[in-house]
Amino acid sequence: MTDTPSLAVTVLGHDRPGIIAEVTGALADLGGNLEDSSMTLLRGHFAWTLIVSGPSLEQVRERLASLAEDDLVVTVLVVPEDNAVAAPSDTRYLLSVHGGDRPGIVSTITGVVAAAGGNIVDLTTRLSKDLYVVVAEIVLPNTVEIGELERELTAAAGAVGVGVTLRPEDTDLL
Amino acid sequence: MNSLLPDLPELHNGRVRDVVRAPDRVLSTPCPEVDPTEPSIMSLAADLLATMAVSPGCVGLAANQIGVSARVFCLDVTTHPKTHTHHGRFVLVNPVLVEATRKDRAREGCMSVPDFTGDVRRASRVVMSGLLPGTGEEVTITTDAFEARAVQHELDHLDGLLFLDRVVGAHAIHPRQTYL
Repeated sequence: MTDTPSLAVTVLGHDRPGIIAEVTGALADLGGNLEDSSMTLLRGHFAWTLIVSGPSLEQVRERLASLAEDDLVVTVLVVPEDNAVAAPSDTRYLLSVHGGDRPGIVSTITGVVAAAGGNIVDLTTRLSKDLYVVVAEIVLPNTVEIGELERELTAAAGAVGVGVTLRPEDTDLL
Repeated sequence: MNSLLPDLPELHNGRVRDVVRAPDRVLSTPCPEVDPTEPSIMSLAADLLATMAVSPGCVGLAANQIGVSARVFCLDVTTHPKTHTHHGRFVLVNPVLVEATRKDRAREGCMSVPDFTGDVRRASRVVMSGLLPGTGEEVTITTDAFEARAVQHELDHLDGLLFLDRVVGAHAIHPRQTYL
C-alpha cells in the first residue's frame, strides 16, 4: 500500500473528552491509515498506543505537536516491519494472578513465563487499595509441559505472596 | 419456574459479620468439608443469611467471605432480574457440582472484590447436590440462568477461587470506580 514504514504513536495524559477524535482527525488529514490500537484509562490517565501507516515520521510529529499544548505527551516512532506470527502448534493460555500489592509481582511471574519460552500477547494489571490483579494472555510452545509450568508458577507466586491460575484460553471457533 | 427445597430449619440469631476482602488469604484457601448437623455450622448458616440480608445487592455469600473456612454457602437470587429458575433462599453444606452445560458469558461482581467486575464464562445449566444445615438432608438442585451462575461463583469461593481467576481475557477486568 505504501513504502513508508508504519509508525507507533503513543498519547498519554489527563483524560478528557475528544482526545481520540483530535488525534484521528489529525492523522486522517495526513492520509494516515489507523491500524491496530489500544486505549485505556490507567488510574484516570488517558493512555493510547496506535500503529499508523501512510504519512512520514516528520509529518505526524509536526501535526501532533499541538496536542502537547493540552498537557498530552505524544511520541512517534518508526516501527520495523515484523511479520512474526505464532506457530500454529502454539497454544494460548490465560494467566490470572491476584494478591496483596508489593513490588516484583509482575517481574516474578512473567520471568517464569519467559523462561518457559512463553510469549505474553496481552496484559492488564490493576491495583485497588491493597489488591493487585494481573491477567495475561500468553502463547506457549506446545513443547511446554503445562503441569510443570503450573508448579513453577505456583512456587514463584507463593514467594511473592500471591495466587496464580493458568488455564487454556476458551475460544469458540465458528 | 421454581422448584422448592425443603424448608430451612429455624436459623435464629444470625449475626451480621464483616465481609472479608481480597487479598485476604482465607479467600484463596480451599475450604474443608464440615458436618451439617454441628451447632457451629447451624450458627454459621444463620450468620451467612443475616449478613446477606443486610448487604445491598448481595445474592450469595460463601463462608470464607465472612472469614470461616468451611464448605457452606447461602444464596437468594429470587428478586434478581436475570433469574429464571430459582430455589428461594437457601444454605448448602458440602455442595458438589454434578453437571454443568451450556456456557455463556456475563459480567460478575463480588462483595469480596468491591472495586472490580469481570467477564466470566460459566455454565448456564447446572445440577448440584449438597446437604441442608441442621438435618443434613441431601438435596439435588437443578437450575439455570442467573442461579446457575451464582451457584458456580459460590462454589469457586469454596475452592479458594475468585472471579478474577476465571475472567475470559486480559481486557475482561473492569474497575468499578470512575476517575473522571
